[in-house]
Amino acid sequence: MKKGYFGTFGGAYIPEILHETFRRLTQAYEDARQDPQFWREYLEVMENYSGRPTPLTFAENLTRHFGRKIYIKREDLNQTGAHKANNVMGQGLLVRRMGKKRVIAETGAGQHGVATATMAARMGFECVIYMGAKDVERQRPNVFWMQQLGATVVPVNSGSCTLKDAINEAMRDWVGSMDETHYVLGTACGAHPFPEMVSWFQSIIGIEARKQILDQAGCLPYRVYACVGGGSNAMGIFQGFINDSQVELIGVEAGGEGIASGKHASRLASGAGQMGVAHGYKTLFLQDGDGQMRETHSVAAGLDYVGVSPILAHLHATGRVRFASADNREVVDALKKLMRYEGLIGALESMHGVARAFAEMPSMPEDSVVIINLSGRGDKDIFTIADALDDPGWREFILQKARQYQNR
Amino acid sequence: MMHADTSSRLQQQIRACRDPIQIMSHIVLGYPSLEENRLVMDQMVAAGVHVIELQIPFSEPIADGPVIAYANQESLRRGFRVEEGLNFIAESVRRYPIPILIMTYVNILMARGVESFIQQSATMGVRGLIVPDLPLEEAGSAMEWCRLHGKGGLDWIHLFTPTSGMDRLEALGRHASGMVYCVARRGVTGQRTDFDPALMDFLNRCRAATTVPLALGFGVRSHTDVQQLIGKVELAVVGTAAIEVHLSQGVEAVGRFFSGLKQAV
Ligand SMILES: Cc1ncc(COP(=O)(O)O)c(C=O)c1O
Repeated sequence: MKKGYFGTFGGAYIPEILHETFRRLTQAYEDARQDPQFWREYLEVMENYSGRPTPLTFAENLTRHFGRKIYIKREDLNQTGAHKANNVMGQGLLVRRMGKKRVIAETGAGQHGVATATMAARMGFECVIYMGAKDVERQRPNVFWMQQLGATVVPVNSGSCTLKDAINEAMRDWVGSMDETHYVLGTACGAHPFPEMVSWFQSIIGIEARKQILDQAGCLPYRVYACVGGGSNAMGIFQGFINDSQVELIGVEAGGEGIASGKHASRLASGAGQMGVAHGYKTLFLQDGDGQMRETHSVAAGLDYVGVSPILAHLHATGRVRFASADNREVVDALKKLMRYEGLIGALESMHGVARAFAEMPSMPEDSVVIINLSGRGDKDIFTIADALDDPGWREFILQKARQYQNR
Repeated sequence: MMHADTSSRLQQQIRACRDPIQIMSHIVLGYPSLEENRLVMDQMVAAGVHVIELQIPFSEPIADGPVIAYANQESLRRGFRVEEGLNFIAESVRRYPIPILIMTYVNILMARGVESFIQQSATMGVRGLIVPDLPLEEAGSAMEWCRLHGKGGLDWIHLFTPTSGMDRLEALGRHASGMVYCVARRGVTGQRTDFDPALMDFLNRCRAATTVPLALGFGVRSHTDVQQLIGKVELAVVGTAAIEVHLSQGVEAVGRFFSGLKQAV
């Protein structure tokens, strides 16, 4: 198989100006992978800075409720509250090795932006984050934190003003700045070596989870669920079980307002994704007959993306990973349940995996062991969640706060 | 092995011209409208532009700067469809005596099937394809289909950039046909370019890497810029600057702008 390809997916569809940059990045990545010291250093950083290993929490009450043994991998407990930390710290160490001084990143929900900004602060890099103007509006708290962390946040006003446009804008920066700048791509997408490299850093999730489930449950899980935006948290946990053919792996995409409505971000489960090339790689994209990318929809900004990891597209094609979706309403219901039963506030992105797992409980044999990857925590989504729950107390608070600011 | 292809129609047309330097202009189809594109092309051709590249808009134009990216987006927002764009291109080839090239991103080709897109371009009489996100490593079939269906009439146009080492330039140069598009600097279209010794040195390396004609693009804006390129490249590519003139001063101003550039010729 051609390097950087997974079946027919992947590749490096990059402008010629970046050819040399990618050559060097690939070299640095391959050297790091050959060097056991690099991974040791990575584990040390993740333990010391990000609280790893994250627990695999036995969800006692849900287990009683569903009659299936439910375990939750707690990526929400990472530094900055999501699995994104695994990726950015890994790439940060690589940036140090390459001797670059500036990092840029795209962000949708703002999670990857905040994670990159903390990494840059910690490692002493200059940091610029590109974020769709719509997302800047939707995710104001994360913009605030990125700025406090010393990053420059650039609102992107082109295209649909969301994640895909932020990626384009970051690329435009990079084609001019590659000599001193590394582009910290936030998910397992983009041109080779990003899908493979990001998956490598995220594999820490699955390595831990496999060991933990064997320790705690004494057996491998029946199924593993993870939400899929670009695919990095899913790749992270799936890799731990990929060679255990008896373990079913389920990737859950954003069903938005329902697949039938057309307002979703489900590329694989919906069957709507068409083979294409954008953002540097070949995969199944949500696009029209002309090859123009469509708008996507989800309550979860982090799943609101037109493409999907070429590695997952391949695992979908081979049948190793099954894809499903959860719609906005199911996600909010699942969140209420998770909070009440287990005291866990999951990110809206992560709740897609949880929602689908809940929906499929009846189809599993009783006492089956199930792992759900909780990729992030939800307190960052307080505005969106409060909206979705239509909480009157929160509404009153915001109105009062607004009056306070107005009277200043 | 294919050698720098002397049977290329595009190359013959470029070589046949006696002007000390030629001008290649750029149009984003459907921006502000195909009707206006037509008027602008009339102006360009009347002003003596030698080659025109027509860009088929794409929703993810990663290699384009703000002005051209915005034009892509606006064209799509106004309902541009590839089919009508191709009809417009076919008509342009018939209407004007100069070579017409297509510039776009590979997904536009894929949506119609890369081979059938190439076949259709060849049939229409398009002289070259510029697809910045299909690098050499991925362009094997596309180059083959250009040869097969174009029979010298349609060239796959490669890009040289200042970040490419001599090895890379030579590898690209070995596959070059028609012309090579030299990117003047890092960054996207529309920013300023210094016509400095480093650029001239890059152009010398480009020249050493291929025998086909060279075009220089990215940041060529003025009469002085064009003049400085005489003897260095066969073509100067003017994109963003002309769009800006069109938007701020209207269609006729585009004609005046290119007549002004031609004074350098
Ligand atoms: C908490 C959380 N989970 C999941 C995702 C989706 O990304 P991926 O599919 O790469 O894990 C995001 C993206 O922002 C996120 O913030």
